[in-house]
Amino acid sequence: MVTASKNTVHSVFFLILDFISISCLFILIGAEFLGMIMLIVYVGAVAVLFLFVVMMLNVAQQKNQWFGATSGSKHIPVGMIVSVIIFFELMIVIGGWKLKPDLKNEFINIGTNSVTNTHSIGNVLYTDYIHLFQLSGMILLVAMIGAIVLTFRQRSGLKRQSYIRQISREKYEGVELVDVNNKEGVKIDV
Amino acid sequence: MDYLNILFLETYKILFLLLPVLVSVAMVVWLDRRIWAFVQKRKGPNVVGPFGLLQSLADALKYIFKEIIIPASSNKVIFILAPIVTMTLALVAWAVIPFSEDFVLANINVGILYIFAISSLGVYGIIMGGWASNSKYPFLGSIRSAAQMVSYEVSIGVIIINVLLCVGSLNLADIVLAQEKIWFIVPLFPMFVIFFISALAETNRPPFDLPEAEAELVSGYQTEYSGMMYAMFWLGEYANILLMCALGSILFLGGWLSPINIYPFSMVPDPLWFIIKILFLFVLFALVKAIVPRYRYDQLMRLGWKVFLPISLVWVVLTSSYLMYFDLLPKS
Repeated sequence: MVTASKNTVHSVFFLILDFISISCLFILIGAEFLGMIMLIVYVGAVAVLFLFVVMMLNVAQQKNQWFGATSGSKHIPVGMIVSVIIFFELMIVIGGWKLKPDLKNEFINIGTNSVTNTHSIGNVLYTDYIHLFQLSGMILLVAMIGAIVLTFRQRSGLKRQSYIRQISREKYEGVELVDVNNKEGVKIDV
Repeated sequence: MDYLNILFLETYKILFLLLPVLVSVAMVVWLDRRIWAFVQKRKGPNVVGPFGLLQSLADALKYIFKEIIIPASSNKVIFILAPIVTMTLALVAWAVIPFSEDFVLANINVGILYIFAISSLGVYGIIMGGWASNSKYPFLGSIRSAAQMVSYEVSIGVIIINVLLCVGSLNLADIVLAQEKIWFIVPLFPMFVIFFISALAETNRPPFDLPEAEAELVSGYQTEYSGMMYAMFWLGEYANILLMCALGSILFLGGWLSPINIYPFSMVPDPLWFIIKILFLFVLFALVKAIVPRYRYDQLMRLGWKVFLPISLVWVVLTSSYLMYFDLLPKS
């Protein structure tokens, strides 16, 4: 439905539905922490921004022509090629997967000890995989700084409101009492 | 047969929770208007029923009998879905709120994350309503509110981390029980203040009610809604406000615990304490609405990202280093 719906905003809503079902699956297999994090991060933040951008760019009115058989479906072959490549990559990754030798014991431990799965995730993440965890954190930080640098531009000639200046203004800075002579008026220096 | 029995029992439990919540939402709307009026030296709704208590019911009746108008150029499915989503999400979150140690619908391990997730979903009702109306004012209002709610969620999340550091559990009942010695409002008072203000912004209450700023945007995302659909938006909004009050009293005011555990106070049943605390926070909400003028949009964003986020992050560092240094970290 994400790709098949005619309206782009509808596609985004179906994508959100997808995310919600993924988190439901996580909860069903008993990984409630992962499920909730999925819901918070993807549905609560990422998808909102996504929807935001789609609405703002006004692609909502653009009709999805992939399935409109008339004007040729040029995109479909390209999409097929990409998806085949991704599929083979996934095959390679999953094929080369090796389980940690003592993983089975750990599973048994998790089963017998009555730790909640939040605790067990924390234990594994912050002891065995701390370096990888911090590395991924650093990568995200770099990506964030990169995005800020890319979109940052210094604009000149802007009038900004400065609270400190507003509050610390005194009476004599703003108002001046002038004696006005008759038929001469006041000369104001700007 | 067994299966049906369980089904009936659960339905009964859910109704037992939902009906009081809905009724109290109606009452709380009356309370809100009344306080608002008293601050401004008006009388407020005082005609229908004793002290005007039935005013909300009369309003609800009016909404039910009004015609629902769906704009011709709107996106009909999403237009109708939006108030339903808002109200459902606002009510669903009440499932994990513990009224006392064993008076809770679902005592799940990740209760606080659940509430956080549900309240972050709340923005969808507003976005859907604004976009589906296919009109300028609602659209602007929904865009504003999306940005606002996403940015204030961040600071609420960091504040929750502060509390969780002191508790060591994501379970709401554990969070309350951890405050038996001292309520978290005492050591974490600045966090409570920031939580309160962020909750105002998260629920689109004045002074942060920019999504519906009537001076600029008519009524924001609700402009095209009428009758029962408008009433559902409105009920959802107040249910969300009550939820935020409940969350505040669980995180900082010790949930169902009595302030002093001696004879006259310990006689009062636990849920009553919890309700008193929720009402206390709600009165604060209402007072703020009556007193403070509306924020400008850039001021709102500045407050969220440049003031609250740094302060609460620094408090996370402070709290964790304090707990580490004095060896007070909760042991699992």
